[in-house]
Amino acid sequence: MDKLRVLVVDDEFGIRSGIKRILDKFEVDYPFMDDPIGFEVSEADTGEKAIEMLEAEKFDIVLLDNKLPGIQGVEVLEFINSKKIDSKVVMITSYASLELAVRVTKEGAIDFVPKPFTPQELRSSLENITKQIFLRHMTTKLQKEGKQIRFQFLSMLSHELKAPVNAVEGYLNIIKEHNCGDNIAEYMPMIDRSLERLNAMRSIIMDMLDLTKIESRQAKNNVQPVDFCQVAKICMSTLQPMAIQKDVKIYLNCSGPVVMDFDPDDLEIILNNIFSNAVKYNKDGGRVDCNFTDNESNVEILVADTGIGISEEDQQKLFKEFVRIKTDETRKIPGSGLGLSIVKRILENYDSEISMESELNKGTTIKIKINK
Amino acid sequence: MSKLNKTILLAEDDFDYLFLVKFRLEAAGFDVITANSQKEAELLVNTSDFDAAVFDLMMENDDSGFVLAYMSKKIKPEVPVVITTAVAAETGMSFDNDNSWVKADLYLEKGVQAERLAEELMRLLGII
Ligand SMILES: Nc1ncnc2c1ncn2[C@@H]1O[C@H](COP(=O)(O)OP(=O)(O)O)[C@@H](O)[C@H]1O
Repeated sequence: MDKLRVLVVDDEFGIRSGIKRILDKFEVDYPFMDDPIGFEVSEADTGEKAIEMLEAEKFDIVLLDNKLPGIQGVEVLEFINSKKIDSKVVMITSYASLELAVRVTKEGAIDFVPKPFTPQELRSSLENITKQIFLRHMTTKLQKEGKQIRFQFLSMLSHELKAPVNAVEGYLNIIKEHNCGDNIAEYMPMIDRSLERLNAMRSIIMDMLDLTKIESRQAKNNVQPVDFCQVAKICMSTLQPMAIQKDVKIYLNCSGPVVMDFDPDDLEIILNNIFSNAVKYNKDGGRVDCNFTDNESNVEILVADTGIGISEEDQQKLFKEFVRIKTDETRKIPGSGLGLSIVKRILENYDSEISMESELNKGTTIKIKINK
Repeated sequence: MSKLNKTILLAEDDFDYLFLVKFRLEAAGFDVITANSQKEAELLVNTSDFDAAVFDLMMENDDSGFVLAYMSKKIKPEVPVVITTAVAAETGMSFDNDNSWVKADLYLEKGVQAERLAEELMRLLGII
Protein backbone atom coordinates (compact mmCIF):
# COMPACT_ATOMS: atom_id res chain seq x y z
CA MET A 1 0.00 0.00 0.00
CA ASP A 2 2.03 2.96 -1.17
CA LYS A 3 -0.46 5.57 -2.36
CA LEU A 4 -4.03 6.26 -1.36
CA ARG A 5 -6.38 7.47 -4.07
CA VAL A 6 -8.16 10.69 -3.21
CA LEU A 7 -11.09 12.17 -5.11
CA VAL A 8 -11.58 15.90 -4.59
CA VAL A 9 -15.11 17.05 -5.37
CA ASP A 10 -15.38 20.84 -5.51
CA ASP A 11 -16.67 23.28 -8.08
CA GLU A 12 -13.94 25.82 -7.37
CA PHE A 13 -10.87 25.20 -9.45
CA GLY A 14 -8.73 27.07 -6.93
CA ILE A 15 -9.70 24.74 -4.11
CA ARG A 16 -9.13 21.61 -6.18
CA SER A 17 -5.70 22.64 -7.31
CA GLY A 18 -4.86 23.89 -3.83
CA ILE A 19 -5.70 20.53 -2.32
CA LYS A 20 -3.81 18.73 -5.03
CA ARG A 21 -0.76 20.88 -4.40
CA ILE A 22 -0.88 20.19 -0.66
CA LEU A 23 -1.43 16.46 -0.98
CA ASP A 24 1.10 15.87 -3.75
CA LYS A 25 3.81 16.76 -1.29
CA PHE A 26 2.26 15.13 1.76
CA GLU A 27 3.07 11.74 3.23
CA VAL A 28 1.83 9.99 6.33
CA ASP A 29 4.29 8.00 8.37
CA TYR A 30 2.95 5.70 11.03
CA PRO A 31 5.05 3.69 13.47
CA PHE A 32 5.55 0.18 12.16
CA MET A 33 4.92 1.08 8.55
CA ASP A 34 7.76 0.22 6.27
CA ASP A 35 7.16 3.11 3.91
CA PRO A 36 5.25 6.32 4.30
CA ILE A 37 1.94 6.57 2.49
CA GLY A 38 1.44 9.25 -0.16
CA PHE A 39 -1.63 10.43 -2.05
CA GLU A 40 -2.76 10.41 -5.62
CA VAL A 41 -5.36 13.08 -6.29
CA SER A 42 -8.16 13.03 -8.88
CA GLU A 43 -10.70 15.81 -9.35
CA ALA A 44 -14.40 16.21 -10.03
CA ASP A 45 -16.09 19.59 -10.41
CA THR A 46 -19.66 18.39 -9.87
CA GLY A 47 -21.46 15.80 -7.80
CA GLU A 48 -22.68 14.08 -10.95
CA LYS A 49 -19.13 13.73 -12.22
CA ALA A 50 -18.05 12.41 -8.81
CA ILE A 51 -20.71 9.69 -8.85
CA GLU A 52 -19.65 8.68 -12.34
CA MET A 53 -16.05 8.38 -11.22
CA LEU A 54 -16.95 6.54 -8.02
CA GLU A 55 -18.86 3.97 -10.03
CA ALA A 56 -15.94 3.41 -12.35
CA GLU A 57 -12.97 3.46 -10.01
CA LYS A 58 -12.01 2.85 -6.44
CA PHE A 59 -11.10 5.80 -4.27
CA ASP A 60 -9.87 5.40 -0.71
CA ILE A 61 -10.81 8.90 0.34
CA VAL A 62 -13.34 11.40 -1.00
CA LEU A 63 -12.96 15.06 -0.11
CA LEU A 64 -16.43 16.39 -0.69
CA ASP A 65 -17.61 19.98 -0.83
CA ASN A 66 -21.22 20.21 0.15
CA LYS A 67 -22.16 23.21 -1.96
CA LEU A 68 -22.06 22.06 -5.55
CA PRO A 69 -23.77 23.49 -8.63
CA GLY A 70 -25.97 20.42 -9.36
CA ILE A 71 -26.62 17.74 -6.79
CA GLN A 72 -25.29 18.53 -3.37
CA GLY A 73 -22.47 16.93 -1.48
CA VAL A 74 -24.89 15.27 0.91
CA GLU A 75 -26.45 13.46 -2.01
CA VAL A 76 -23.09 12.18 -3.14
CA LEU A 77 -22.58 10.98 0.41
CA GLU A 78 -25.93 9.23 0.32
CA PHE A 79 -24.97 7.60 -2.95
CA ILE A 80 -21.73 6.34 -1.42
CA ASN A 81 -23.63 4.94 1.55
CA SER A 82 -26.39 3.33 -0.46
CA LYS A 83 -23.96 1.62 -2.83
CA LYS A 84 -21.80 0.63 0.13
CA ILE A 85 -18.81 2.10 -1.61
CA ASP A 86 -15.73 1.58 0.46
CA SER A 87 -14.47 5.16 0.57
CA LYS A 88 -13.86 7.36 3.54
CA VAL A 89 -15.62 10.67 3.09
CA VAL A 90 -14.41 14.00 4.39
CA MET A 91 -16.83 16.89 3.99
CA ILE A 92 -15.49 20.31 3.17
CA THR A 93 -17.91 23.01 4.25
CA SER A 94 -17.91 26.67 5.00
CA TYR A 95 -18.31 27.79 8.57
CA ALA A 96 -21.82 28.97 7.83
CA SER A 97 -22.99 25.41 7.35
CA LEU A 98 -21.17 23.91 10.28
CA GLU A 99 -24.40 22.44 11.54
CA LEU A 100 -24.82 20.60 8.30
CA ALA A 101 -21.28 19.36 8.54
CA VAL A 102 -21.98 17.89 11.93
CA ARG A 103 -25.08 16.23 10.56
CA VAL A 104 -23.35 14.61 7.62
CA THR A 105 -20.60 13.47 9.90
CA LYS A 106 -23.22 11.58 11.80
CA GLU A 107 -24.54 10.18 8.54
CA GLY A 108 -21.30 8.58 7.60
CA ALA A 109 -18.79 11.19 6.62
CA ILE A 110 -15.91 10.42 8.88
CA ASP A 111 -14.54 13.91 9.21
CA PHE A 112 -15.12 17.41 8.04
CA VAL A 113 -12.80 20.23 7.25
CA PRO A 114 -14.19 23.72 7.62
CA LYS A 115 -13.71 26.07 4.73
CA PRO A 116 -11.50 28.03 4.41
CA PHE A 117 -8.96 25.60 5.79
CA THR A 118 -5.25 25.79 6.36
CA PRO A 119 -2.99 23.22 4.74
CA GLN A 120 -2.33 21.90 8.24
CA GLU A 121 -6.02 21.29 8.92
CA LEU A 122 -6.30 19.35 5.71
CA ARG A 123 -3.17 17.35 6.43
CA SER A 124 -4.17 16.38 9.93
CA SER A 125 -7.58 15.21 8.79
CA LEU A 126 -5.98 13.10 6.07
CA GLU A 127 -3.42 11.80 8.50
CA ASN A 128 -6.10 10.45 10.82
CA ILE A 129 -8.01 8.81 8.02
CA THR A 130 -4.89 7.30 6.58
CA LYS A 131 -4.08 5.70 9.89
CA GLN A 132 -7.55 4.23 10.08
CA ILE A 133 -7.31 2.86 6.57
CA PHE A 134 -3.87 1.47 7.21
CA LEU A 135 -4.82 -0.24 10.45
CA ARG A 136 -7.89 -1.77 8.90
CA HIS A 137 -5.82 -2.95 5.98
CA MET A 138 -3.38 -4.57 8.38
CA THR A 139 -6.12 -6.23 10.38
CA THR A 140 -7.65 -7.72 7.27
CA LYS A 141 -4.27 -8.94 6.24
CA LEU A 142 -3.83 -10.56 9.62
CA GLN A 143 -7.15 -12.31 9.59
CA LYS A 144 -5.87 -15.28 7.72
CA GLU A 145 -8.43 -17.19 5.72
CA GLY A 146 -11.57 -15.68 7.06
CA LYS A 147 -10.65 -15.85 10.69
CA GLN A 148 -12.89 -13.21 12.07
CA ILE A 149 -12.39 -10.57 14.67
CA ARG A 150 -15.66 -11.81 16.06
CA PHE A 151 -13.09 -13.50 18.15
CA GLN A 152 -12.17 -10.35 19.80
CA PHE A 153 -13.86 -11.23 23.03
CA LEU A 154 -12.61 -14.80 23.02
CA SER A 155 -9.10 -13.76 22.23
CA MET A 156 -9.18 -11.15 24.95
CA LEU A 157 -10.49 -13.80 27.27
CA SER A 158 -7.80 -16.27 26.46
CA HIS A 159 -5.24 -13.51 26.78
CA GLU A 160 -6.57 -12.73 30.23
CA LEU A 161 -6.62 -16.36 31.27
CA LYS A 162 -3.25 -17.10 29.80
CA ALA A 163 -1.50 -14.31 31.64
CA PRO A 164 -2.05 -15.82 35.11
CA VAL A 165 -1.25 -19.29 33.81
CA ASN A 166 2.06 -18.03 32.47
CA ALA A 167 2.82 -16.27 35.73
CA VAL A 168 1.96 -19.19 37.98
CA GLU A 169 3.77 -21.65 35.73
CA GLY A 170 6.83 -19.43 35.74
CA TYR A 171 6.89 -19.29 39.53
CA LEU A 172 6.32 -23.02 39.85
CA ASN A 173 9.23 -23.71 37.53
CA ILE A 174 11.52 -21.56 39.63
CA ILE A 175 10.39 -23.37 42.74
CA LYS A 176 10.69 -26.77 41.11
CA GLU A 177 14.21 -26.09 39.94
CA HIS A 178 15.23 -24.63 43.31
CA ASN A 179 16.51 -21.58 41.45
CA CYS A 180 16.63 -19.53 44.64
CA GLY A 181 18.40 -22.03 46.83
CA ASP A 182 17.02 -24.38 49.43
CA ASN A 183 15.49 -21.91 51.85
CA ILE A 184 11.74 -22.14 51.44
CA ALA A 185 11.27 -18.59 52.75
CA GLU A 186 12.86 -17.31 49.53
CA TYR A 187 9.94 -18.74 47.62
CA MET A 188 7.13 -17.40 49.78
CA PRO A 189 6.56 -14.20 47.78
CA MET A 190 6.29 -16.29 44.61
CA ILE A 191 3.81 -18.60 46.22
CA ASP A 192 1.77 -15.63 47.43
CA ARG A 193 1.78 -14.05 44.00
CA SER A 194 0.73 -17.34 42.45
CA LEU A 195 -2.20 -17.58 44.81
CA GLU A 196 -3.19 -13.99 44.06
CA ARG A 197 -3.07 -14.67 40.33
CA LEU A 198 -5.18 -17.79 40.76
CA ASN A 199 -7.68 -15.78 42.73
CA ALA A 200 -7.93 -13.23 39.96
CA MET A 201 -8.38 -16.06 37.51
CA ARG A 202 -11.21 -17.41 39.56
CA SER A 203 -12.98 -14.07 39.47
CA ILE A 204 -12.68 -14.01 35.68
CA ILE A 205 -14.31 -17.43 35.58
CA MET A 206 -17.07 -16.35 37.95
CA ASP A 207 -17.76 -13.27 35.86
CA MET A 208 -17.76 -15.42 32.76
CA LEU A 209 -20.52 -17.43 34.35
CA ASP A 210 -22.49 -14.25 34.93
CA LEU A 211 -21.95 -13.32 31.31
CA THR A 212 -23.09 -16.71 30.07
CA LYS A 213 -26.16 -16.39 32.22
CA ILE A 214 -26.92 -13.04 30.70
CA GLU A 215 -26.34 -14.30 27.18
CA SER A 216 -28.13 -17.60 27.41
CA ARG A 217 -31.43 -16.39 28.78
CA GLN A 218 -33.80 -13.93 27.32
CA ALA A 219 -33.20 -10.40 28.45
CA LYS A 220 -35.40 -9.34 31.34
CA ASN A 221 -37.26 -12.64 31.37
CA ASN A 222 -38.08 -12.43 35.03
CA VAL A 223 -39.21 -8.86 35.44
CA GLN A 224 -41.32 -8.32 38.53
CA PRO A 225 -41.78 -5.71 41.26
CA VAL A 226 -38.55 -5.70 43.26
CA ASP A 227 -37.61 -3.82 46.37
CA PHE A 228 -34.18 -2.43 45.55
CA CYS A 229 -33.35 -1.87 49.20
CA GLN A 230 -34.09 -5.47 50.02
CA VAL A 231 -31.75 -6.73 47.30
CA ALA A 232 -29.13 -4.19 48.33
CA LYS A 233 -29.18 -5.53 51.87
CA ILE A 234 -28.57 -9.06 50.66
CA CYS A 235 -25.68 -7.93 48.47
CA MET A 236 -24.18 -6.04 51.36
CA SER A 237 -24.22 -8.94 53.71
CA THR A 238 -22.31 -11.02 51.15
CA LEU A 239 -19.73 -8.27 51.01
CA GLN A 240 -19.35 -7.82 54.77
CA PRO A 241 -16.38 -10.17 55.16
CA MET A 242 -14.38 -8.28 52.56
CA ALA A 243 -15.49 -4.95 54.04
CA ILE A 244 -14.45 -5.97 57.52
CA GLN A 245 -11.10 -7.14 56.28
CA LYS A 246 -10.50 -3.75 54.65
CA ASP A 247 -12.06 -1.89 57.56
CA VAL A 248 -14.53 -0.26 55.20
CA LYS A 249 -17.94 0.72 56.53
CA ILE A 250 -20.96 0.43 54.28
CA TYR A 251 -23.94 2.70 54.85
CA LEU A 252 -27.22 1.98 53.18
CA ASN A 253 -29.66 4.85 53.10
CA CYS A 254 -33.09 3.53 52.34
CA SER A 255 -36.05 5.37 53.72
CA GLY A 256 -38.63 2.72 53.10
CA PRO A 257 -38.87 0.30 50.20
CA VAL A 258 -37.96 1.41 46.69
CA VAL A 259 -39.97 -0.75 44.38
CA MET A 260 -40.01 -0.98 40.61
CA ASP A 261 -40.22 -3.64 37.91
CA PHE A 262 -36.86 -5.27 37.42
CA ASP A 263 -35.32 -8.69 37.08
CA PRO A 264 -34.00 -9.46 40.59
CA ASP A 265 -31.09 -11.54 39.22
CA ASP A 266 -30.04 -8.63 37.07
CA LEU A 267 -30.25 -6.28 40.01
CA GLU A 268 -28.17 -8.55 42.16
CA ILE A 269 -25.42 -8.78 39.55
CA ILE A 270 -25.41 -5.01 39.12
CA LEU A 271 -25.29 -4.19 42.82
CA ASN A 272 -22.75 -6.88 43.61
CA ASN A 273 -20.37 -5.48 41.03
CA ILE A 274 -20.79 -1.85 41.98
CA PHE A 275 -20.66 -2.49 45.74
CA SER A 276 -17.69 -4.79 45.54
CA ASN A 277 -15.76 -2.25 43.47
CA ALA A 278 -16.59 0.42 46.05
CA VAL A 279 -15.10 -1.81 48.76
CA LYS A 280 -12.23 -3.31 46.78
CA TYR A 281 -10.92 0.00 45.49
CA ASN A 282 -11.44 1.76 48.80
CA LYS A 283 -8.80 2.74 51.32
CA ASP A 284 -8.41 1.07 54.66
CA GLY A 285 -10.82 2.74 57.05
CA GLY A 286 -12.86 4.19 54.19
CA ARG A 287 -16.60 4.24 53.70
CA VAL A 288 -19.23 3.44 51.11
CA ASP A 289 -22.54 5.29 50.97
CA CYS A 290 -25.45 3.88 49.03
CA ASN A 291 -28.57 5.85 48.33
CA PHE A 292 -31.71 4.68 46.64
CA THR A 293 -34.13 7.38 45.60
CA ASP A 294 -37.61 6.61 44.45
CA ASN A 295 -38.51 9.41 42.05
CA GLU A 296 -41.75 9.68 40.19
CA SER A 297 -40.37 8.60 36.85
CA ASN A 298 -37.24 6.73 37.86
CA VAL A 299 -35.19 5.08 40.54
CA GLU A 300 -31.79 6.52 41.25
CA ILE A 301 -28.94 4.53 42.73
CA LEU A 302 -25.90 6.35 44.08
CA VAL A 303 -22.88 4.45 45.33
CA ALA A 304 -20.14 6.73 46.66
CA ASP A 305 -16.82 5.52 47.99
CA THR A 306 -13.82 7.19 49.57
CA GLY A 307 -11.34 5.09 47.66
CA ILE A 308 -8.42 5.49 45.29
CA GLY A 309 -10.46 7.17 42.55
CA ILE A 310 -10.00 6.98 38.81
CA SER A 311 -8.31 9.53 36.57
CA GLU A 312 -10.46 11.24 34.00
CA GLU A 313 -8.59 9.56 31.19
CA ASP A 314 -9.18 6.10 32.61
CA GLN A 315 -12.85 6.73 33.35
CA GLN A 316 -13.63 6.59 29.65
CA LYS A 317 -12.30 3.07 29.25
CA LEU A 318 -13.72 1.25 32.24
CA PHE A 319 -16.94 -0.02 30.78
CA LYS A 320 -15.08 -1.99 28.15
CA GLU A 321 -14.40 -5.65 28.70
CA PHE A 322 -11.20 -6.64 30.50
CA VAL A 323 -10.12 -3.11 31.22
CA ARG A 324 -8.35 -2.80 34.53
CA ILE A 325 -6.35 0.16 35.70
CA LYS A 326 -2.83 -0.90 36.44
CA THR A 327 -1.22 1.00 39.25
CA ASP A 328 0.73 0.00 42.32
CA GLU A 329 -2.49 0.34 44.29
CA THR A 330 -4.60 -1.92 42.08
CA ARG A 331 -2.00 -4.58 41.37
CA LYS A 332 -2.84 -6.60 44.44
CA ILE A 333 -6.58 -6.29 44.07
CA PRO A 334 -7.98 -9.27 42.25
CA GLY A 335 -10.50 -8.62 39.52
CA SER A 336 -11.44 -9.61 36.03
CA GLY A 337 -12.03 -6.28 34.38
CA LEU A 338 -15.43 -7.63 33.40
CA GLY A 339 -17.62 -6.29 36.21
CA LEU A 340 -18.48 -2.88 34.83
CA SER A 341 -18.91 -4.19 31.30
CA ILE A 342 -21.40 -6.72 32.62
CA VAL A 343 -23.25 -3.98 34.48
CA LYS A 344 -23.37 -1.89 31.35
CA ARG A 345 -24.59 -4.83 29.32
CA ILE A 346 -27.47 -5.53 31.65
CA LEU A 347 -28.46 -1.89 31.91
CA GLU A 348 -28.68 -1.70 28.13
CA ASN A 349 -31.72 -3.94 28.39
CA TYR A 350 -33.47 -1.34 30.50
CA ASP A 351 -34.24 2.29 29.90
CA SER A 352 -31.38 3.49 32.03
CA GLU A 353 -28.22 5.51 32.37
CA ILE A 354 -25.01 4.90 34.21
CA SER A 355 -22.43 7.57 34.91
CA MET A 356 -19.43 8.04 37.12
CA GLU A 357 -17.73 10.87 38.91
CA SER A 358 -14.35 10.33 40.35
CA GLU A 359 -11.31 12.10 41.66
CA LEU A 360 -7.97 10.43 42.16
CA ASN A 361 -7.29 9.68 45.83
CA LYS A 362 -10.65 11.11 46.87
CA GLY A 363 -13.19 8.57 45.73
CA THR A 364 -15.68 7.51 43.15
CA THR A 365 -19.43 7.89 42.80
CA ILE A 366 -21.40 5.65 40.50
CA LYS A 367 -24.84 6.88 39.54
CA ILE A 368 -27.45 4.69 37.93
CA LYS A 369 -30.81 5.98 36.82
CA ILE A 370 -33.47 3.53 35.76
CA ASN A 371 -36.63 4.87 34.21
CA LYS A 372 -39.88 3.31 35.29
CA MET B 1 26.68 -18.03 34.98
CA SER B 2 29.33 -15.66 33.75
CA LYS B 3 28.49 -12.05 33.04
CA LEU B 4 27.71 -11.38 29.41
CA ASN B 5 28.03 -7.62 29.67
CA LYS B 6 24.91 -7.16 27.62
CA THR B 7 21.94 -5.07 28.72
CA ILE B 8 18.40 -5.97 27.78
CA LEU B 9 15.56 -3.45 27.88
CA LEU B 10 12.48 -5.34 28.97
CA ALA B 11 9.00 -3.78 28.75
CA GLU B 12 6.12 -5.76 30.18
CA ASP B 13 3.04 -4.64 32.05
CA ASP B 14 2.30 -7.90 33.80
CA PHE B 15 4.16 -7.45 37.06
CA ASP B 16 4.74 -11.17 37.58
CA TYR B 17 5.75 -11.91 34.02
CA LEU B 18 8.18 -9.01 34.18
CA PHE B 19 9.72 -10.46 37.30
CA LEU B 20 9.94 -13.94 35.80
CA VAL B 21 11.53 -12.89 32.54
CA LYS B 22 13.96 -10.63 34.34
CA PHE B 23 14.83 -13.49 36.66
CA ARG B 24 15.57 -15.84 33.75
CA LEU B 25 17.54 -13.30 31.78
CA GLU B 26 19.65 -12.41 34.77
CA ALA B 27 20.25 -16.05 35.47
CA ALA B 28 21.48 -16.36 31.91
CA GLY B 29 23.98 -13.57 32.56
CA PHE B 30 22.25 -10.52 31.12
CA ASP B 31 21.84 -7.15 32.76
CA VAL B 32 18.20 -6.12 32.61
CA ILE B 33 16.52 -2.74 32.76
CA THR B 34 12.76 -2.80 33.02
CA ALA B 35 9.71 -0.73 32.22
CA ASN B 36 6.17 -1.72 33.12
CA SER B 37 4.33 0.43 30.63
CA GLN B 38 4.71 1.68 27.11
CA LYS B 39 5.16 5.17 28.49
CA GLU B 40 8.02 4.16 30.74
CA ALA B 41 9.59 2.12 27.98
CA GLU B 42 9.47 5.04 25.55
CA LEU B 43 11.48 7.07 28.00
CA LEU B 44 14.06 4.31 28.38
CA VAL B 45 14.28 3.74 24.64
CA ASN B 46 15.24 7.38 24.28
CA THR B 47 17.51 7.75 27.27
CA SER B 48 19.24 4.51 28.05
CA ASP B 49 21.83 2.19 26.55
CA PHE B 50 20.83 -1.35 25.77
CA ASP B 51 21.99 -4.12 23.48
CA ALA B 52 18.63 -5.72 22.79
CA ALA B 53 15.01 -5.02 23.63
CA VAL B 54 12.07 -7.21 24.53
CA PHE B 55 8.66 -5.55 24.22
CA ASP B 56 5.30 -6.92 25.22
CA LEU B 57 2.85 -6.33 22.39
CA MET B 58 -0.19 -5.34 24.42
CA MET B 59 0.34 -2.86 27.20
CA GLU B 60 -1.64 0.39 27.48
CA ASN B 61 -2.43 0.02 23.83
CA ASP B 62 -2.99 -3.01 21.67
CA ASP B 63 0.00 -2.05 19.59
CA SER B 64 2.40 -0.84 22.29
CA GLY B 65 5.07 -3.33 21.26
CA PHE B 66 4.93 -2.26 17.65
CA VAL B 67 5.23 1.39 18.50
CA LEU B 68 8.19 0.72 20.77
CA ALA B 69 9.86 -1.45 18.14
CA TYR B 70 9.47 1.33 15.64
CA MET B 71 10.92 3.94 17.99
CA SER B 72 13.80 1.76 18.97
CA LYS B 73 14.66 0.87 15.38
CA LYS B 74 14.57 4.50 14.42
CA ILE B 75 17.13 5.46 17.03
CA LYS B 76 19.17 2.28 17.13
CA PRO B 77 18.58 0.30 13.95
CA GLU B 78 21.22 -2.29 14.82
CA VAL B 79 19.75 -3.21 18.21
CA PRO B 80 17.66 -6.39 17.94
CA VAL B 81 14.05 -6.18 19.05
CA VAL B 82 11.88 -9.05 20.23
CA ILE B 83 8.13 -8.63 20.53
CA THR B 84 6.36 -10.97 22.91
CA THR B 85 2.68 -11.65 22.72
CA ALA B 86 0.12 -13.86 24.30
CA VAL B 87 -2.42 -13.40 21.56
CA ALA B 88 -0.81 -14.93 18.52
CA ALA B 89 -2.34 -18.35 18.81
CA GLU B 90 -5.88 -17.24 19.48
CA THR B 91 -6.26 -14.51 16.95
CA GLY B 92 -4.78 -16.39 14.09
CA MET B 93 -2.24 -13.63 13.85
CA SER B 94 0.75 -15.54 12.78
CA PHE B 95 3.70 -13.30 13.17
CA ASP B 96 6.55 -15.67 12.50
CA ASN B 97 6.37 -15.84 8.77
CA ASP B 98 5.09 -12.41 7.99
CA ASN B 99 6.96 -9.76 9.81
CA SER B 100 7.78 -7.58 6.87
CA TRP B 101 5.47 -4.82 7.97
CA VAL B 102 6.81 -4.47 11.48
CA LYS B 103 10.45 -4.03 11.98
CA ALA B 104 11.10 -6.41 14.82
CA ASP B 105 13.63 -9.21 14.64
CA LEU B 106 11.61 -11.87 16.34
CA TYR B 107 8.14 -12.60 17.62
CA LEU B 108 7.82 -14.89 20.57
CA GLU B 109 4.74 -16.24 22.15
CA LYS B 110 4.53 -15.70 25.86
CA GLY B 111 4.43 -18.82 27.87
CA VAL B 112 7.13 -20.15 25.63
CA GLN B 113 9.64 -20.78 28.36
CA ALA B 114 11.52 -17.71 29.38
CA GLU B 115 14.74 -19.75 28.94
CA ARG B 116 14.10 -19.85 25.25
CA LEU B 117 14.00 -16.06 25.23
CA ALA B 118 17.49 -15.90 26.74
CA GLU B 119 18.71 -18.29 24.08
CA GLU B 120 17.12 -16.32 21.26
CA LEU B 121 18.63 -13.10 22.56
CA MET B 122 22.07 -14.67 22.63
CA ARG B 123 21.57 -15.78 19.06
CA LEU B 124 20.43 -12.32 17.96
CA LEU B 125 23.39 -10.76 19.71
CA GLY B 126 25.80 -13.21 18.13
CA ILE B 127 26.89 -14.68 21.45
CA ILE B 128 26.03 -18.22 20.43
N1 LIG C 1 -15.11 2.33 42.84
C1 LIG C 1 -13.96 2.30 42.14
N2 LIG C 1 -12.88 3.02 42.56
C2 LIG C 1 -11.72 2.98 41.87
N3 LIG C 1 -11.51 2.25 40.77
C3 LIG C 1 -12.54 1.51 40.30
C4 LIG C 1 -13.81 1.50 40.95
N4 LIG C 1 -14.62 0.67 40.25
C5 LIG C 1 -13.91 0.22 39.22
N5 LIG C 1 -12.63 0.70 39.24
C6 LIG C 1 -11.57 0.47 38.24
O1 LIG C 1 -12.21 -0.04 37.07
C7 LIG C 1 -11.64 -1.28 36.68
C8 LIG C 1 -12.70 -2.13 36.05
O2 LIG C 1 -13.67 -2.50 36.99
P1 LIG C 1 -14.50 -3.83 36.78
O3 LIG C 1 -14.97 -3.85 35.36
O4 LIG C 1 -15.53 -3.92 37.83
O5 LIG C 1 -13.43 -4.98 36.90
P2 LIG C 1 -12.58 -5.56 38.12
O6 LIG C 1 -12.93 -4.84 39.37
O7 LIG C 1 -12.94 -6.99 38.15
O8 LIG C 1 -11.17 -5.31 37.70
C9 LIG C 1 -11.05 -1.84 37.94
O9 LIG C 1 -9.99 -2.72 37.66
C10 LIG C 1 -10.60 -0.60 38.69
O10 LIG C 1 -9.32 -0.23 38.24
